[in-house]
Amino acid sequence: MSDTFLKRNPSVLIFLAVLALFVLGVTLLAEGAGAGVISTSFVKTLGKTLCLALIAVAMDLVWGYTGILSLGHFAFFGLGGYMIGMWLMYARTQAIVVSSLAEAPIPATESEIVDAIGNQIFGVVGSREFPLIWMFADSLVLQLVLVVAVPGILALVFGWLAFRSRVTGVYLSILTQAMTLGLALYLFQNDSGLRGNNGLSGLQNLPGLDHVPQATMSIWFFWASAAALALGYLFAAWIVSGKFGSVLRGIRDNEARVRFLGYSVEGYKLFIFTVTAIIAGIAGALYYPQAGIINPAEIAPVASIYLAVWVAIGGRGRLYGAVIGAVFVSLVSSWFTGGQAPDLDLGFYTLKWVDWWLIVLGLSFVLVTLFAPRGIGGLVDLWSERRQPDRHGADLGPGAGALREKEASK
Amino acid sequence: MSMLLEVSGVSVSFDGFKAINNLSFAIGPAEMRAIIGPNGAGKTTFMDIVTGKTKPDEGRVTWGERNVSLLGMSEARIAREGVGRKFQKPTVFEDQTVLENLLMALRSNRSPFAVMFYRSNRADLDRVEELAGEIGLLDSLGRKSGELSHGQKQWLEIGMLLAQEPRLLLVDEPAAGMTPAEREHTTAILVEAAKTRAVVVVEHDMEFVRRLDCRVTVLHEGAVLAEGSLDHVTTNSQVIDVYLGR
Repeated sequence: MSDTFLKRNPSVLIFLAVLALFVLGVTLLAEGAGAGVISTSFVKTLGKTLCLALIAVAMDLVWGYTGILSLGHFAFFGLGGYMIGMWLMYARTQAIVVSSLAEAPIPATESEIVDAIGNQIFGVVGSREFPLIWMFADSLVLQLVLVVAVPGILALVFGWLAFRSRVTGVYLSILTQAMTLGLALYLFQNDSGLRGNNGLSGLQNLPGLDHVPQATMSIWFFWASAAALALGYLFAAWIVSGKFGSVLRGIRDNEARVRFLGYSVEGYKLFIFTVTAIIAGIAGALYYPQAGIINPAEIAPVASIYLAVWVAIGGRGRLYGAVIGAVFVSLVSSWFTGGQAPDLDLGFYTLKWVDWWLIVLGLSFVLVTLFAPRGIGGLVDLWSERRQPDRHGADLGPGAGALREKEASK
Repeated sequence: MSMLLEVSGVSVSFDGFKAINNLSFAIGPAEMRAIIGPNGAGKTTFMDIVTGKTKPDEGRVTWGERNVSLLGMSEARIAREGVGRKFQKPTVFEDQTVLENLLMALRSNRSPFAVMFYRSNRADLDRVEELAGEIGLLDSLGRKSGELSHGQKQWLEIGMLLAQEPRLLLVDEPAAGMTPAEREHTTAILVEAAKTRAVVVVEHDMEFVRRLDCRVTVLHEGAVLAEGSLDHVTTNSQVIDVYLGR
């Protein structure tokens, strides 16, 4: 069956082949495993970019296919990062505390160790007690479960409330923005239990693997990110290939009609919203150990808007479009904002890309929306057979679907 | 004969305007019925009420052998109960092929998980091909439905309606924008369908109604003005006053 699935969706095979080649190339050239042409920090950037591509695939499912313009998916991404970050920080602090207390003349008790860990982690926000939400932080397995469960449950509850009340279109977008803003503001508070605006840091160090150099670790995370992207892409392609995909696109194009066919539109929306939130959480859990730090600024509303921009520029309604958009825009963006782009001397004014990049990005978003709604991915249509109905002339009948002049004259 | 659908004493008003005023209507399990009436008579609102889009202020809508109430059910639930609706403007999923449109409409489990694991099988494809043959779109199965002509879209929508295998079809102006030959074909499909299920046709075109050869209900100002054969209602003086005589 998977054989026919790939045959019917050749783009999936092409995508996986390109991804495999890319992973092989980076591995061979990287500092950690190969020739050392690519620096460790750039390997991390590439690994992070693959995570962004994964959340872009999720965004494409929810927006490009189902038509729900969610401007809150980065909240789920951040939550995934926080969940894995809690374990990373706890376990690493624990290792440090245990080794420092081992030199004391009297062996430390269990509670003394926990107190010392709490002091280390929460000293920065003037506290030393573990808040309730850290109760599972000493267990990797449970925190990994939370990576999936916390974004999933938040999306389920939020989506259930929003979709059940039939909130659609721009109102839903605003609601999702409000959700991510609310979450960010909450996390900014020192007593939120997640270290306020300091966030969680030191996430690049895997506990118990101190002897492994970052160069090697970066390659591991790069592989893991690539594997997650491949699996996420396959899953998304599978989900949209069959009748489920038909229903999703039907909801995007005419939600009332789908309802009269007997499909529970709200159920489908809730399903896809929750599933994509979980994918976003997983992507975040892989992203932040490579970034090394997560703080509430990461889930500011604008992050989710960037996500929509990537997908729009790459081409929504096609999965590879989302990947192209995320990879292209985020890499170009980090090049421009990283100070690597040379300033442009216009004679009367020197264009500093660090300042001007956002304006360029905004302009290109507007231009793509106006003149190339199919995005970069639309270029593929130029040599593939995918074409839009080519109809000319004015409507003769009541609506846009009516017989047109040119057809009528035939 | 027990009725399939019974609407009794239903009223609904929008901002003080009574769109439906104490309307009662009933149809049997295998019957064709035409609803005519001037603009604003409440034809579309009537359909909205039956399909769950509009909730009436008062009255009852009961359905099937066990007389369950349709009020309070969601649109999707009512559709699954067996009420199919065709809109006046052909609404098919233009970005998808004729095959995808028909497969989506085909009667089957509608729950997200069942649909996710659904893969088309021979029996379903045979059924789709049979339907496509009936509506004259067998050669267009792979075409995007947005490419179809207006009449073809109307038929595709009728095909989707039949694919749902509803027990009651609500059809809003099926012949609008069709050529005479297309109209004849549409009539044949509807008459055939009415042998096994209830069909309600809302239509302006008297000639089309005559060809359906069925009982006619005349709506006026949200209530039933007359009911009977076409000849009976067209000789009714009230009907002539409000509708035909204009």
